[in-house]
Amino acid sequence: MAFINTKTKEVQVKLVFVGPGRGGKTTNLEYIFKRIRHRIESDMVSIKTQGDRTLFFDFLPFELGAIKDYNVKTQLYTVPGQIKYNATRKLVLKGVDGIVFVADSLVDRRESNINSLNNLKDNLRFYDIDIADIPIVFQYNKRDLATEGMPILDVETLEKDLNARLNAPSFTASALKGDNVIPTVKKAISKTVVAIRKKLL
Amino acid sequence: MSYILDQEQLDGLEEALTTDLMTLGIQSVILIDMAGNVIVNLDDGKVRHDVYSLAALAAGNFGAVSAMASIIGEEEFSLLFHKGKSENINFTKIMDDFLLVSIFGNDVSLGYLRLKIDEVIEKIKGLINRLQSS
Ligand SMILES: Nc1nc2c(ncn2[C@@H]2O[C@H](COP(=O)(O)OP(=O)(O)OP(=O)(O)O)[C@@H](O)[C@H]2O)c(=O)[nH]1
Ligand SMILES: [Mg+2]
Repeated sequence: MAFINTKTKEVQVKLVFVGPGRGGKTTNLEYIFKRIRHRIESDMVSIKTQGDRTLFFDFLPFELGAIKDYNVKTQLYTVPGQIKYNATRKLVLKGVDGIVFVADSLVDRRESNINSLNNLKDNLRFYDIDIADIPIVFQYNKRDLATEGMPILDVETLEKDLNARLNAPSFTASALKGDNVIPTVKKAISKTVVAIRKKLL
Repeated sequence: MSYILDQEQLDGLEEALTTDLMTLGIQSVILIDMAGNVIVNLDDGKVRHDVYSLAALAAGNFGAVSAMASIIGEEEFSLLFHKGKSENINFTKIMDDFLLVSIFGNDVSLGYLRLKIDEVIEKIKGLINRLQSS
Protein backbone atom coordinates (compact mmCIF):
# COMPACT_ATOMS: atom_id res chain seq x y z
CA MET A 1 0.00 0.00 0.00
CA ALA A 2 2.18 2.78 -1.25
CA PHE A 3 1.86 6.05 0.59
CA ILE A 4 2.08 9.26 -1.41
CA ASN A 5 2.95 12.29 0.70
CA THR A 6 2.10 15.43 -1.24
CA LYS A 7 3.62 17.64 1.43
CA THR A 8 7.14 16.22 1.57
CA LYS A 9 6.89 15.04 -2.05
CA GLU A 10 7.73 11.54 -1.08
CA VAL A 11 6.44 8.14 -2.14
CA GLN A 12 6.94 5.21 0.20
CA VAL A 13 6.90 1.81 -1.43
CA LYS A 14 7.08 -1.64 0.15
CA LEU A 15 9.09 -4.23 -1.74
CA VAL A 16 9.26 -7.75 -0.34
CA PHE A 17 11.81 -10.47 -1.16
CA VAL A 18 10.08 -13.84 -1.19
CA GLY A 19 11.27 -17.35 -1.98
CA PRO A 20 12.20 -20.73 -0.51
CA GLY A 21 14.20 -21.07 2.69
CA ARG A 22 17.95 -20.62 2.26
CA GLY A 23 17.39 -19.27 -1.25
CA GLY A 24 19.40 -16.11 -0.56
CA LYS A 25 16.83 -13.42 0.30
CA THR A 26 18.72 -12.16 3.34
CA THR A 27 21.99 -12.34 1.40
CA ASN A 28 20.46 -10.00 -1.22
CA LEU A 29 19.62 -7.42 1.45
CA GLU A 30 23.01 -7.78 3.09
CA TYR A 31 24.71 -7.09 -0.22
CA ILE A 32 22.53 -4.03 -0.86
CA PHE A 33 23.23 -2.79 2.65
CA LYS A 34 26.96 -3.15 2.09
CA ARG A 35 26.67 -1.08 -1.06
CA ILE A 36 24.58 1.75 0.42
CA ARG A 37 25.56 1.87 4.07
CA HIS A 38 27.86 4.84 3.59
CA ARG A 39 24.94 7.02 2.52
CA ILE A 40 22.11 5.95 4.80
CA GLU A 41 21.59 6.60 8.48
CA SER A 42 19.67 3.44 9.25
CA ASP A 43 20.98 0.03 10.04
CA MET A 44 19.64 -3.14 8.53
CA VAL A 45 17.14 -4.70 10.93
CA SER A 46 17.07 -8.50 11.11
CA ILE A 47 14.80 -10.61 13.27
CA LYS A 48 16.34 -14.04 12.99
CA THR A 49 17.04 -17.28 14.82
CA GLN A 50 20.41 -18.10 16.28
CA GLY A 51 21.22 -20.10 13.20
CA ASP A 52 20.81 -16.98 11.02
CA ARG A 53 17.52 -18.10 9.52
CA THR A 54 14.98 -15.30 9.15
CA LEU A 55 12.31 -15.62 11.83
CA PHE A 56 10.19 -12.58 11.05
CA PHE A 57 11.81 -10.25 8.54
CA ASP A 58 14.84 -8.25 7.46
CA PHE A 59 14.30 -4.58 6.80
CA LEU A 60 16.33 -2.01 4.90
CA PRO A 61 15.31 1.42 3.59
CA PHE A 62 16.54 2.12 0.07
CA GLU A 63 16.31 5.40 -1.82
CA LEU A 64 16.31 5.48 -5.54
CA GLY A 65 16.23 9.19 -6.30
CA ALA A 66 13.40 11.22 -7.71
CA ILE A 67 10.64 10.38 -10.16
CA LYS A 68 8.56 13.34 -11.31
CA ASP A 69 9.70 15.50 -8.39
CA TYR A 70 8.81 12.78 -5.94
CA ASN A 71 11.48 11.18 -3.84
CA VAL A 72 10.99 7.41 -3.93
CA LYS A 73 11.68 5.75 -0.60
CA THR A 74 11.54 2.01 -0.87
CA GLN A 75 11.31 -0.18 2.19
CA LEU A 76 12.94 -3.52 1.43
CA TYR A 77 11.75 -6.52 3.43
CA THR A 78 12.50 -10.23 3.33
CA VAL A 79 10.15 -12.89 4.63
CA PRO A 80 11.18 -16.12 6.33
CA GLY A 81 11.31 -18.81 3.65
CA GLN A 82 10.85 -21.82 5.90
CA ILE A 83 7.45 -23.45 5.48
CA LYS A 84 6.66 -23.42 9.20
CA TYR A 85 6.85 -19.64 9.47
CA ASN A 86 3.83 -18.86 7.34
CA ALA A 87 2.11 -16.76 10.02
CA THR A 88 4.91 -14.22 10.14
CA ARG A 89 5.52 -14.45 6.39
CA LYS A 90 1.92 -13.46 5.80
CA LEU A 91 2.21 -10.49 8.16
CA VAL A 92 5.19 -9.08 6.31
CA LEU A 93 3.24 -9.17 3.05
CA LYS A 94 0.64 -6.78 4.42
CA GLY A 95 0.55 -3.70 2.22
CA VAL A 96 3.11 -5.08 -0.25
CA ASP A 97 3.56 -3.04 -3.44
CA GLY A 98 6.09 -5.16 -5.32
CA ILE A 99 7.83 -8.51 -5.10
CA VAL A 100 11.25 -9.98 -5.81
CA PHE A 101 11.00 -13.74 -6.00
CA VAL A 102 14.39 -15.24 -5.18
CA ALA A 103 14.56 -18.76 -6.56
CA ASP A 104 17.31 -21.20 -5.66
CA SER A 105 19.05 -22.52 -8.77
CA LEU A 106 20.21 -25.75 -7.12
CA VAL A 107 18.69 -28.76 -8.86
CA ASP A 108 17.35 -30.28 -5.67
CA ARG A 109 15.55 -27.06 -4.76
CA ARG A 110 13.30 -27.19 -7.81
CA GLU A 111 10.27 -28.40 -5.89
CA SER A 112 10.79 -25.87 -3.06
CA ASN A 113 10.80 -23.00 -5.55
CA ILE A 114 7.47 -24.09 -6.97
CA ASN A 115 5.94 -24.63 -3.53
CA SER A 116 7.15 -21.26 -2.36
CA LEU A 117 5.58 -19.52 -5.36
CA ASN A 118 2.29 -21.31 -4.72
CA ASN A 119 2.41 -20.25 -1.10
CA LEU A 120 2.99 -16.67 -2.23
CA LYS A 121 -0.12 -16.86 -4.43
CA ASP A 122 -2.15 -18.05 -1.45
CA ASN A 123 -0.81 -15.39 0.86
CA LEU A 124 -1.47 -12.64 -1.67
CA ARG A 125 -4.97 -13.92 -2.18
CA PHE A 126 -5.47 -13.51 1.56
CA TYR A 127 -4.97 -9.77 0.96
CA ASP A 128 -7.18 -9.86 -2.16
CA ILE A 129 -4.24 -9.54 -4.52
CA ASP A 130 -3.94 -11.65 -7.65
CA ILE A 131 -0.30 -12.48 -8.29
CA ALA A 132 -0.80 -11.50 -11.93
CA ASP A 133 -1.68 -7.97 -10.83
CA ILE A 134 1.27 -7.15 -8.60
CA PRO A 135 4.68 -6.00 -9.92
CA ILE A 136 7.05 -8.96 -9.61
CA VAL A 137 10.60 -9.74 -10.69
CA PHE A 138 12.28 -13.15 -10.60
CA GLN A 139 15.85 -13.70 -9.54
CA TYR A 140 17.50 -17.06 -10.26
CA ASN A 141 20.08 -17.02 -7.53
CA LYS A 142 23.28 -18.93 -6.74
CA ARG A 143 24.45 -19.14 -10.37
CA ASP A 144 28.02 -19.06 -9.03
CA LEU A 145 27.59 -22.64 -7.83
CA ALA A 146 27.89 -23.86 -11.42
CA THR A 147 31.52 -22.86 -11.47
CA GLU A 148 32.06 -25.11 -8.46
CA GLY A 149 30.62 -28.04 -10.36
CA MET A 150 27.33 -28.08 -8.46
CA PRO A 151 24.26 -29.19 -10.48
CA ILE A 152 22.06 -26.17 -11.15
CA LEU A 153 18.80 -25.76 -13.01
CA ASP A 154 19.03 -24.15 -16.43
CA VAL A 155 17.24 -20.87 -16.93
CA GLU A 156 14.68 -22.39 -19.32
CA THR A 157 13.56 -24.83 -16.65
CA LEU A 158 13.27 -22.11 -14.01
CA GLU A 159 11.35 -19.90 -16.41
CA LYS A 160 9.01 -22.74 -17.32
CA ASP A 161 8.45 -23.73 -13.68
CA LEU A 162 7.91 -20.27 -12.25
CA ASN A 163 7.50 -17.58 -14.84
CA ALA A 164 5.67 -19.19 -17.78
CA ARG A 165 2.35 -17.62 -16.87
CA LEU A 166 3.50 -14.33 -15.40
CA ASN A 167 6.14 -13.58 -17.99
CA ALA A 168 7.81 -11.14 -15.60
CA PRO A 169 11.36 -9.77 -15.87
CA SER A 170 13.97 -12.21 -14.59
CA PHE A 171 17.66 -12.11 -13.69
CA THR A 172 20.28 -14.74 -13.07
CA ALA A 173 22.27 -13.69 -10.04
CA SER A 174 24.67 -14.48 -7.28
CA ALA A 175 23.62 -12.70 -4.12
CA LEU A 176 26.77 -13.97 -2.45
CA LYS A 177 29.02 -12.30 -4.99
CA GLY A 178 26.64 -9.44 -5.65
CA ASP A 179 26.12 -10.24 -9.33
CA ASN A 180 22.88 -8.73 -10.63
CA VAL A 181 21.59 -7.91 -7.14
CA ILE A 182 21.27 -4.18 -7.75
CA PRO A 183 19.75 -4.58 -11.24
CA THR A 184 17.14 -6.94 -9.75
CA VAL A 185 16.06 -4.49 -7.09
CA LYS A 186 16.12 -1.51 -9.44
CA LYS A 187 13.92 -3.32 -11.92
CA ALA A 188 11.48 -4.29 -9.18
CA ILE A 189 11.27 -0.72 -7.90
CA SER A 190 10.79 0.75 -11.34
CA LYS A 191 8.03 -1.75 -12.13
CA THR A 192 6.37 -0.89 -8.85
CA VAL A 193 6.63 2.84 -9.39
CA VAL A 194 5.24 2.53 -12.91
CA ALA A 195 2.24 0.79 -11.39
CA ILE A 196 1.50 3.72 -9.09
CA ARG A 197 2.83 6.41 -11.36
CA LYS A 198 -0.43 7.57 -12.80
CA LYS A 199 -1.27 8.87 -9.34
CA LEU A 200 1.72 11.20 -9.46
CA LEU A 201 0.80 12.91 -12.70
CA MET B 1 -2.74 -0.22 -4.23
CA SER B 2 -1.83 3.20 -2.93
CA TYR B 3 -3.27 6.17 -1.12
CA ILE B 4 -2.59 9.87 -1.08
CA LEU B 5 -2.78 12.39 1.74
CA ASP B 6 -2.88 16.00 0.62
CA GLN B 7 -1.14 18.95 2.19
CA GLU B 8 -4.23 20.01 4.11
CA GLN B 9 -4.72 16.58 5.66
CA LEU B 10 -1.07 16.28 6.60
CA ASP B 11 -1.03 19.76 8.11
CA GLY B 12 -4.15 18.87 10.07
CA LEU B 13 -2.60 15.65 11.36
CA GLU B 14 0.57 17.43 12.39
CA GLU B 15 -1.31 20.13 14.15
CA ALA B 16 -3.59 17.77 16.04
CA LEU B 17 -0.67 15.61 17.16
CA THR B 18 1.35 18.64 18.19
CA THR B 19 -1.34 20.36 20.22
CA ASP B 20 -2.81 17.24 21.80
CA LEU B 21 0.27 15.11 22.38
CA MET B 22 3.60 16.85 21.88
CA THR B 23 2.61 19.62 24.30
CA LEU B 24 2.39 17.01 27.06
CA GLY B 25 6.15 16.84 26.90
CA ILE B 26 6.37 13.49 25.20
CA GLN B 27 9.49 12.57 23.28
CA SER B 28 8.05 11.62 19.93
CA VAL B 29 4.96 10.51 18.14
CA ILE B 30 4.85 8.64 14.85
CA LEU B 31 1.75 7.94 12.81
CA ILE B 32 2.26 4.93 10.55
CA ASP B 33 0.16 2.61 8.45
CA MET B 34 0.05 -1.15 8.93
CA ALA B 35 2.36 -1.67 5.96
CA GLY B 36 5.02 0.18 7.95
CA ASN B 37 4.95 3.48 6.04
CA VAL B 38 5.65 6.66 8.01
CA ILE B 39 2.89 9.26 7.65
CA VAL B 40 3.75 11.83 10.30
CA ASN B 41 6.84 11.93 12.46
CA LEU B 42 7.18 14.48 15.26
CA ASP B 43 9.79 14.72 17.99
CA ASP B 44 10.87 17.10 20.71
CA GLY B 45 14.06 18.00 18.87
CA LYS B 46 16.24 16.28 21.43
CA VAL B 47 16.19 12.80 20.01
CA ARG B 48 16.65 11.35 16.56
CA HIS B 49 15.37 7.86 16.20
CA ASP B 50 15.62 5.70 13.14
CA VAL B 51 11.91 6.20 12.40
CA TYR B 52 11.69 3.97 9.35
CA SER B 53 13.08 0.99 11.21
CA LEU B 54 10.84 1.80 14.15
CA ALA B 55 7.82 1.92 11.87
CA ALA B 56 8.66 -1.43 10.26
CA LEU B 57 9.10 -3.04 13.66
CA ALA B 58 6.02 -1.42 15.17
CA ALA B 59 3.80 -2.58 12.29
CA GLY B 60 5.29 -6.07 12.51
CA ASN B 61 4.94 -6.16 16.27
CA PHE B 62 1.36 -5.00 16.15
CA GLY B 63 0.56 -7.58 13.49
CA ALA B 64 2.19 -10.32 15.55
CA VAL B 65 0.26 -9.37 18.68
CA SER B 66 -3.04 -9.29 16.78
CA ALA B 67 -2.28 -12.71 15.30
CA MET B 68 -1.58 -14.05 18.80
CA ALA B 69 -4.88 -12.60 19.99
CA SER B 70 -6.79 -14.38 17.28
CA ILE B 71 -5.05 -17.68 18.04
CA ILE B 72 -6.29 -17.58 21.62
CA GLY B 73 -9.73 -16.38 20.56
CA GLU B 74 -9.48 -12.71 21.44
CA GLU B 75 -10.47 -10.08 18.96
CA GLU B 76 -7.54 -7.94 20.00
CA PHE B 77 -5.50 -6.87 23.00
CA SER B 78 -6.52 -3.31 23.65
CA LEU B 79 -3.44 -2.30 25.65
CA LEU B 80 -0.16 -2.29 23.83
CA PHE B 81 2.48 -0.75 25.91
CA HIS B 82 6.15 -1.42 26.62
CA LYS B 83 7.76 -0.02 29.70
CA GLY B 84 11.44 0.84 29.86
CA LYS B 85 13.67 2.29 32.55
CA SER B 86 13.34 5.82 31.29
CA GLU B 87 11.41 5.63 28.02
CA ASN B 88 8.10 3.93 27.28
CA ILE B 89 6.28 3.17 24.11
CA ASN B 90 2.55 2.99 23.51
CA PHE B 91 0.71 1.72 20.43
CA THR B 92 -2.83 2.68 19.51
CA LYS B 93 -4.66 1.31 16.52
CA ILE B 94 -6.66 3.78 14.46
CA MET B 95 -9.38 2.25 12.34
CA ASP B 96 -7.97 -0.87 10.74
CA ASP B 97 -5.05 0.49 8.85
CA PHE B 98 -3.16 2.95 11.00
CA LEU B 99 -1.10 2.89 14.15
CA LEU B 100 -0.10 5.71 16.46
CA VAL B 101 3.23 5.17 18.21
CA SER B 102 3.97 7.41 21.20
CA ILE B 103 7.33 7.45 22.97
CA PHE B 104 7.49 9.19 26.31
CA GLY B 105 9.42 9.41 29.56
CA ASN B 106 8.35 8.51 33.08
CA ASP B 107 7.46 12.13 33.82
CA VAL B 108 4.37 11.79 31.64
CA SER B 109 1.31 10.19 33.20
CA LEU B 110 0.17 7.21 31.18
CA GLY B 111 -3.46 7.69 32.17
CA TYR B 112 -3.53 11.28 31.02
CA LEU B 113 -1.64 10.44 27.86
CA ARG B 114 -4.18 7.73 27.01
CA LEU B 115 -6.97 10.23 27.51
CA LYS B 116 -5.34 12.69 25.14
CA ILE B 117 -4.63 9.90 22.65
CA ASP B 118 -8.32 9.02 22.62
CA GLU B 119 -9.12 12.64 21.84
CA VAL B 120 -6.59 13.00 19.08
CA ILE B 121 -7.66 9.75 17.48
CA GLU B 122 -11.09 11.15 16.84
CA LYS B 123 -9.53 14.09 15.02
CA ILE B 124 -7.25 11.79 13.05
CA LYS B 125 -10.18 9.65 11.99
CA GLY B 126 -11.98 12.72 10.71
CA LEU B 127 -8.93 13.76 8.72
CA ILE B 128 -8.07 10.45 7.13
CA ASN B 129 -11.60 9.41 6.46
CA ARG B 130 -11.54 11.72 3.49
CA LEU B 131 -8.79 9.53 2.13
CA GLN B 132 -8.41 9.08 -1.58
CA SER B 133 -7.54 5.51 -2.18
CA SER B 134 -7.44 3.03 -4.98
N1 LIG C 1 26.97 -19.97 -3.38
C1 LIG C 1 26.01 -19.13 -3.06
N2 LIG C 1 25.47 -19.18 -1.83
C2 LIG C 1 24.50 -18.28 -1.54
C3 LIG C 1 24.03 -17.32 -2.46
N3 LIG C 1 23.06 -16.59 -1.88
C4 LIG C 1 22.93 -17.06 -0.63
N4 LIG C 1 23.79 -18.07 -0.40
C5 LIG C 1 23.97 -18.85 0.83
O1 LIG C 1 22.78 -19.54 1.13
C6 LIG C 1 22.55 -19.59 2.52
C7 LIG C 1 21.19 -19.05 2.87
O2 LIG C 1 21.12 -17.67 2.51
P1 LIG C 1 20.09 -16.65 3.16
O3 LIG C 1 20.28 -15.36 2.49
O4 LIG C 1 20.17 -16.70 4.62
O5 LIG C 1 18.72 -17.32 2.70
P2 LIG C 1 17.24 -16.85 3.00
O6 LIG C 1 16.50 -16.94 1.73
O7 LIG C 1 17.25 -15.53 3.67
O8 LIG C 1 16.75 -18.00 4.02
P3 LIG C 1 15.54 -17.93 5.09
O9 LIG C 1 15.77 -16.72 5.93
O10 LIG C 1 15.58 -19.18 5.87
O11 LIG C 1 14.29 -17.84 4.29
C8 LIG C 1 23.69 -18.79 3.17
O12 LIG C 1 24.67 -19.67 3.59
C9 LIG C 1 24.19 -17.94 2.02
O13 LIG C 1 25.55 -17.61 2.16
C10 LIG C 1 24.64 -17.30 -3.77
O14 LIG C 1 24.33 -16.51 -4.65
N5 LIG C 1 25.60 -18.24 -4.00
MG1 LIG D 1 16.50 -14.88 5.43
